Parts: sequence; C-alpha cells; structure tokens
Amino acid sequence: MADIFGNVLLASAPAGAGVGCDWADLALGVLFSLVAIVVVMTFAGLSVVAERKVCAYIQGRCGPNRTAIPWVLAVPVVGRFLQRAGLMQLAADGLKFLLKEDPLPGHVNKFWFMAAPVMSLSPVLISACVIPFGVYWSGGAANPLSVSNLDIGLLFALAMGGLGVYGTIMAGWSSNSKFPYIAAMRASAQVISYELCLAISTLPVVMFVAQGSDSPLSLFEIGRAQSGGAWFCIAQPLGALLFLTALFAETNRLPFDVAESETDLVSGFHTEYGSFKFGLFFVGEYGHMVVGSALFITLFLGAWNPLPWLAWPEEWGWVSSVLSLLTFLLKIAAMLFFFIWVRWTLPRFRYDQVMNLGWRALLPLSIANVVFYMVWLGLGF
Amino acid sequence: MSDKVNININGVDYAVKAGQNVLSACRSVGVEIPFFCYYPHLKVAGSCRMCLVSVGTPARDRQTGQLIKNEDGTARIAWMPKPAIACGTAVCENMHIVTDSEAISQCRQSILEFILLNHPLDCPICDKAGECKLQEYANRYGSGVSRYVESKSVKPKRREVAGKIMLDAERCILCSRCIRFCEEVIGKPVLGFVKRGAKTEISVYPGGGEGLNYLLNVVDICPVGALTEKAFRFKMRAWFLRTARTISAESSAGVNTTTWSRGGEIYRVTPRANDFVNGSWMSDTGRYVHLGAAAGKRRLSGARLDSTSCSLSYAVDRSVEILRLSGFAIVASAFMTVEEMFLLSELAKVCKARVYMVSHVAEDDGFLVSADRTPNMRGAFVTGLIDRYPGKDLSELAQLVESGDVRTVLCFDEDLKALGFEARHFKKANVIYCSSAENATSACAKVCVPLENEFEKSGMWINRQFRLQSFEAAVERPKGVSSTVAFVAELLAKIGGDEFSEPGVELVRRVMAQRVPQLEGCQNIPEEGMPIDGSAFSRVAFPEGPAFKYAPSGSK
Amino acid sequence: MAIVVERKKLNFFERWYLPQIVSGLCITFKNFLKPKVTIEYPDQRPALPAGYRGAPTLVKDSEGREKCVSCQLCEFVCPSKAIRVTPGSIDSGSEYAYIEKAPKEFKINMLRCIYCGLCEEACPEKAIVLQDTYALNSTSREDLIFDKARLYAAGGTLPDKIMKWKRVRDNAELKGEH
Repeated sequence: MADIFGNVLLASAPAGAGVGCDWADLALGVLFSLVAIVVVMTFAGLSVVAERKVCAYIQGRCGPNRTAIPWVLAVPVVGRFLQRAGLMQLAADGLKFLLKEDPLPGHVNKFWFMAAPVMSLSPVLISACVIPFGVYWSGGAANPLSVSNLDIGLLFALAMGGLGVYGTIMAGWSSNSKFPYIAAMRASAQVISYELCLAISTLPVVMFVAQGSDSPLSLFEIGRAQSGGAWFCIAQPLGALLFLTALFAETNRLPFDVAESETDLVSGFHTEYGSFKFGLFFVGEYGHMVVGSALFITLFLGAWNPLPWLAWPEEWGWVSSVLSLLTFLLKIAAMLFFFIWVRWTLPRFRYDQVMNLGWRALLPLSIANVVFYMVWLGLGF
Repeated sequence: MSDKVNININGVDYAVKAGQNVLSACRSVGVEIPFFCYYPHLKVAGSCRMCLVSVGTPARDRQTGQLIKNEDGTARIAWMPKPAIACGTAVCENMHIVTDSEAISQCRQSILEFILLNHPLDCPICDKAGECKLQEYANRYGSGVSRYVESKSVKPKRREVAGKIMLDAERCILCSRCIRFCEEVIGKPVLGFVKRGAKTEISVYPGGGEGLNYLLNVVDICPVGALTEKAFRFKMRAWFLRTARTISAESSAGVNTTTWSRGGEIYRVTPRANDFVNGSWMSDTGRYVHLGAAAGKRRLSGARLDSTSCSLSYAVDRSVEILRLSGFAIVASAFMTVEEMFLLSELAKVCKARVYMVSHVAEDDGFLVSADRTPNMRGAFVTGLIDRYPGKDLSELAQLVESGDVRTVLCFDEDLKALGFEARHFKKANVIYCSSAENATSACAKVCVPLENEFEKSGMWINRQFRLQSFEAAVERPKGVSSTVAFVAELLAKIGGDEFSEPGVELVRRVMAQRVPQLEGCQNIPEEGMPIDGSAFSRVAFPEGPAFKYAPSGSK
Repeated sequence: MAIVVERKKLNFFERWYLPQIVSGLCITFKNFLKPKVTIEYPDQRPALPAGYRGAPTLVKDSEGREKCVSCQLCEFVCPSKAIRVTPGSIDSGSEYAYIEKAPKEFKINMLRCIYCGLCEEACPEKAIVLQDTYALNSTSREDLIFDKARLYAAGGTLPDKIMKWKRVRDNAELKGEH
C-alpha cells in the first residue's frame, strides 16, 4: 500500500513541476491535493471545537456538550461520546454559518470585500502541499508523504504564509469602516515585523541541513536531517523559541492578535463580515495554525520522527510510513493544543509592545542567532 | 372683659379663646394631646382618661388672697396633685399646663395598656386599621408590651345594627361617643352599655336604629373598629384610598364630604367637618349617592348623532350648527357647577335663548337633607340663568316646541321624557342632550354629548345658606368624555361669544368674579366656604324649611 | 493630578518573561485538569440555600385553612405593585367564621414581581411565602398573572405552630359556656 501511495506521489511530483503532463497524473495530483486540503481542513475544524472545549476546561466549565444529531446520538456509547465531546457542535457551527443571512454592507468595496476571505484561506491550503506529513521508502530511497517535494519548500511555505495577511489587509481596506481599517494597518505592520524574525530564525536550520544535503531548503530534507539525530529544537533552542514566537504573531494568535483585538476594535478586520464569509476567515485562521504547526514541527520538532535520536526503522516498510504519518499528525494536534493553551493563559500585548518586542528583541536575537551558528559552523564544530 | 385668656403650655405662653377646655386650647395652638372619648361636637364624657395633663394655677395666700411669688419673683404655681383630664378642664387665666412630662407619658402608657387588655388586636382584618386612633396612639404613646397573660374577655363580634352597621363589641374601648351621638344629635337612643366592670359591653336597644338616616355617623366617630359600615366592610384598606374634598350632591344642604377612591373607583363617602354647614355629620343616604353615579345609571360613554356613535368633536360641530337655527331653548340642571352655569348664561345671552330648569323637591328632614334635592339651585339664580323658582316639569317648553316657537333644545342632565316631552316633541325640535347618564331622552335625542358626572368634575356649588363652596374631582373622567366647562366654552366660542383659550375652571372663575357681583373673590374660597349675598333673591320661594344651621330667609 | 505608581524594576531574568509564561501555563493546565465548577442546568439543578427567595405563593395551614386574611399589607408593601388583593368575608356558617376575612381574589403578577420578599416579611399571618420556584415561564403574559387557585396550588401547606385562630376560637367557646 505504501508503494501505491508512493508511486502516486512520485508521479504527481513531476506534474506539479510542470514536466510531462499526463491526464492521469493530473487527476491524481488533484486528488492528492484534495486529500491534503481535507487533512488541513479537518484539523482546522477540530481545532475550533478544541478551542472551545479547552477554553471551557481551563475556565472550569464543561464546554459544548449538548449538540446532537438525533440518529447519531442513537448509536450506543459512540453517539453519547460525540455529544459530550462537543464534536457535533462543529457541524452545527458550520451549518449556522451557511444558513445565516449573508449581509453585504452598502458602504463596502464589493469585489475586494468578497475576495478577502478567499485570499485569507487559499494561501494556507496552498502551502499545505509542501508539508511532508511522513516518509516512505521506495527502491531504497526515502520519499516524503507530500503533495509535492519542492526543493524550495521552506521558502514556498514562508511566502504563502506571508500572503495570508493580504486577506486581512484587503478585508480591512474594503470594509470602508474605521475599526477594520485600523486592524488591517496593525496586521500589516505586524507581519512585516515578525516575518523577518520568522525567516531569519530558520537560517541556522538551513545551514545545519546544508552540511549533509544538496537541497537544504526542501522541507523533506530538513525532516530527514533530524532522523536518528538531535532535533533542531535541541541543537538550536533559541532559534526554535524565536520561530515559535514569530509564528504566534504570524497566525494572529493571542498574545499577538492585535488585528482582532475585541476590546478596542470591536471585532477587528472582520467587523463588517458575517455568515459564511466570516466563517472562511475563521477557518483560515485555524488552517494557518495547522500549517504553521506543521512547519514548526518539520523545522524544529523532528518532523515525523518519534523521539530525538530515534527514527522509524526503514526495515518495517509501510508500517513505518504509517507510523511516521501518525506521529506527524499527533504532533500537529499537540501543537494546536499548545496554541490554544497559550491563548487562554496570556493576555493580549498592547500594540506598541508588539512592535517593541518584534523590532527590539526578536529581530536582534534572531540575527545574533544566525551569526552565532555561522561562526559555530565556520569554526568547524 | 377680654375673650382671650393667657395660658402657659409646656413653658410657652399663649393667648387662647376663653371658655374652652384645655384639650381644644392645646389643639388650637398645635400641641397634641391624645384622646378617645372627647369629640368636639359632643358633650364631654371623660371616660377614656387618655387626655390626662398636669394642670396648675398661680398660688394665692389663703389669708390675703395675694399671689405668692418664688424667690426669683415669678409666680408660684400650685399644681394639682394628680393629673387632670384635658377635655373636662376649662382654661382660666394664667393656667399652666404640662403635656410632655415623664409622669404624663407614664399615664398615657398605662392607660393604653389598660385599654388594650381586652382589645383583640385583629388589626389585619379590621377595617379601621390605618385610621384607628387606638392604633396610632399605641404606636406613638404605648409601651409596646403588655403584662396581661390571661385570656381576653369574649363579647359579641358580628352584630348588625339597623342593617347597615357591624358591631364588634370586643374591639370597643367604651368611649361612649356613639351613645352620646345618638342621644344628642339624633335624639333617639340606639346604643348603650350593658353589664359591669370588665364585662361592660356596648349593645343595641331592641329594634334600635331602624329607619334612622344619620346612624352611620357613629362609624366615623368610633375611634376604633367596633362600629364599621357594612357597605364598606372588607372592601378596601384605608391607606389605599385617595381622598378628595367634595360636596354632597344629595341636597342643597351642601354637606362637606370626603370621597375615598382607588383607581377610579369610589369606595366610600364620609362627612368632612365644617362648623358652618354640617358640623361633622352627614346623612346615610348621602353616602351612597356615588353608587347611583357608578352603577344605578348607565353611563353615556360616547358621543352620538341620530343614534349612531360619532367623535366628540363632530358632535360638538353639529351641535353648533343646530344652535345657529332660531328658536333656541336651554334646559339647565341644578347639578351643574357655578362655573358651568355662568358659561351657560353667557351662551343664553349671546343666542337670546330661553332658559328652563326643573325643581327636584322632596321631603325636608330638617337636618342635613333639605327639600331641594339639587346641590346648586341658588347658583342658577346668582349666575342669572333663572329668576324664579322653577316648576316640577317642562310642559311650558313642550308647548312652545309644539307650537314651533322652539326648534332647538340644549338639555343638560334632565330627562325630558319624564318631564312632559313626548316622542312627537323630539321630532319637532332638535334635542342636544348633554349628560353623564343614559336615559329615555338620550335614546331619542338628535345629538348626545357625554359629560362628566358630579364626582368627576371640580367646581363650586352654592348651598341653601348661600354659601359658596368649592369641591375637587374625586375620580378622573373616563376617556371620550368631555369636561362640561370645556364643552360649553367651545359652544360659546363657536357661536360667537367670549373665547376661553384654555377653558379651565380657574379662568372661568376669574371672569365670573368680575361680571357677577356676588361672586367677587370666588377664586380663593376658604376651606369652610364663603357666604355670599343672597338678599337679591329673598323673594324667591325656596322650598327648604328650617334645619341644622339654617333658617329660611322668610322666617327670620 | 495623576498619581504615578512606582513599579518594581524587573531584573534581567524576569525581563525574558519566559518563566512567568511557563508558570502561567502551569496554572491554566492545573485548572484544565480540575473538576468543573458549572452545573448542567436543566438536567442538574443547583442546591438552593435556605431562605432562597423564589416565586411568592399562598399557603394553607395543616387543617387546609387558607391563612391569608386579605389584610393587603403585602399589596401595600410590594415595591413593584405586583400584588392585587380583593378582600372578602367568610360567611357566618363556616367553621372559620371567627376569622371573618379571607381574600375573594388574590393575584400576583409574576412578571412584575422582583422576588424581594417584602410581602413575606409584611404578612402578619405567614400566609404568603416565597418558595424555591425560580424558572417560571409561559408563552403569554396573562398566564403569569397567578390567581388565588394557582397561588394555593403552588404554595401547598405550611403547618402553623401557633394556631392563633384556633386559640381564639377555643377561648371564645370556653368563655361562652360561663
């Protein structure tokens, strides 16, 4: 099964690269993209439920536990469990977004107003195609379980992640209303500030990978570099911390969600949005979290490897592949929990504090971090 | 000799009217003394002992008769060794009275404890609660505790007196006010004490009180809830009721009353003290006039034109059109206020209308129900509506309608059908009927205008003594009903007479005070009313006979 | 004038914030594991404390006699004017004729009631009692104006230890024999 899976991936890789186009390959490529999208979207959806549930638990509440689809509830044990876990709440929320009246305020710039939610969600889905969710072996060579094994996967993911903020900016500008506008300004300033730190803190990782690989920007190679060795979070703790902090800012999560900032901006950039358009922003935010987590896992948390200095053995064949995939998904889940946990722990930074932290702490530190590892490697340690 | 005496109450000097008792002297200068059995309009009994005060007069030397002075030169006061009852002690020159000493408050406490020994304390179900003297004084002067632990005495509780009073002998504190009232005012003993000591109780003479029309006054003067009015029994607690200063519409006696209402519903009518008119009494029948106004008569609730309902303003406009036709007569009512009559007489002058009225004469009881059973017949004379006492019916007007001389009749309150009008008269003349009640006339009148009844309007009436008395509205008039003053003022303005931009009672009074010589100063009538000059009407044959505080002008 | 509060100067270690963030995360994680403090309302009901003030009701004594004597003190004291009593009398043939007075009609507008309990405090007969009903609801306003029958149905029986009226009646009978 691993072979079939792998062949498809292999076949689709050139298709994605635009070489030797074939209808079957194209269809399979589309199919796999859909699989990746489904994975990301499922995680995004589940994290919405998790957000509510974790928040409730931290606050001493039960969280959503009443929504039920009657015939699902009739299933013994499982139905009851799904209800108590609030999982059917997800369907109810989605349905609500779909069925509510979709308002289009008279004062907005209609085209960009409608384009903004799409712009906020699609880069997330696109960047998901370069994430190596696992590994499989075919003909003695290790291959990534990803839609496309780009040589510049890291750059691609960062670029797409950066594009996500355009949705926010477009929403803020086209809403033609002051709170969304302020939020959009803040979001763009924040992205500029933290994108720098985000990118620079990955450089030492690339340098480390470049020691043993020809394509150090490939996410798969970065993951492989951590197989059976020290994870980069151990080798470069500061880099990991900086990347993680910048990632919080990048995904607009608390304590950096100045673009939403309910206390002073009503609801931030999506103040004028409702119904399904708001739903897209909502899913986009969680999709962003999923892809961001995947990136952090790949870069610093040992990608699909179970433990530092321990890798799934090649000899186990497809079992190892499945295990690697499960490991990766488990790590994403853990990261999502961490995101949520932090949100319900820390208060929001003031806007000037966000800027101070970005420019006066994180950026110098990340540059120092790069310089340190340059010297380290240059001296040949 | 001066009619004032100098007395000293609680160390303060006052000059008060001579010849009165200490209690009323203290009350006249605002010093309160609690009392149960004393009543200003009845003889002193001195049975309750609640009004005990310390009394003293300047001491005199027995031999020389000279005033004895203290060392500092002030007169020495010889205090009576025991407190005296304020109601039974007359004031004299240089009398010293103490009402606020520790000893007096001890007296009051003890008296109250004694009175409360056998009082059932069923205030929650007692109709007197809230206006009960015993309750008030127990609260203000009582000790709050009783040392009496034995069971209270048992006396008859639900005893009917003359079918209109409920007697609860247990609540009675044996003040004898009711007994004295019956003997002194009615002149026929109805109630009396039986048994002795702690078993003394109030009882009724056999067949007592049947047919007496002033018996309910004992309910008002009872300081506790021993005597309660059957019609008001368990109807409403006193503290919910809103009071209004009103005048009884029962007869031309002009009895001052208080009307008690809640939420537009009248619960009872009680007499209001006025020494010039009714003392503090009223007839039993006068208490139930409101029942006629509320239930007995069907209310004319909306304007009608040719028996179809229409808006009030439309009815007024149509009335004006009809009034412009020639041959116009007014039938006024002696239940109208002086203000309304004045406006009506202005209207009659402008339209050159004849004015007719009807007398409502019945038996004169020689006390507070006079022969003229309307409250304001003299007002019609004073405002110039009529100049001779009207007859019992309107056959004269009916003849004029028959002959075609009168083609429009503006009628207030009076039921034309009962006064000589036949159905054919209603066909020959346009009848504008303005009243609060439905009757045979309203059923066949051309236009019907709903007006307020006598409990809903405020104004002035002139009673048999030619005393001008003002009264307040007891309840609000219902929606869709016009004020009579506003209605007549509007007719007057549209016909071409005086314009009353805000036709309120005040404005009418001001104009009236200028135009009618007898009514000068009618804007500010004192509470007890204002006697006006009725000498111009001394030759009018008023039907009232001599009665309480009233002597007919012919018999003087 | 603005008062400037002097803040504690943070040392180098503290200015990293990380220890504080970690300790904060520990606190929230502990809360995450703690038992929940909320109750699932319609299924579970809160334990009401003694003296809880819910809907006012009328009660009868152990003989099934209505305690209310329609003194209207509750109506008087009611700050929201929710109570309306129409007094009436007990006919002389009744076993409780000695009490004389009973409400002909007693209405409480539960929509106006603010559950202050002043009526209960004012009642000289302990006839009106605030019970533990707190979730009254209806689809019409008229339905929430409780009449006498519904008030007694909701109130039930509250045994009267003193039996004041019985004592009065017994006393009357005793003395009446002499």
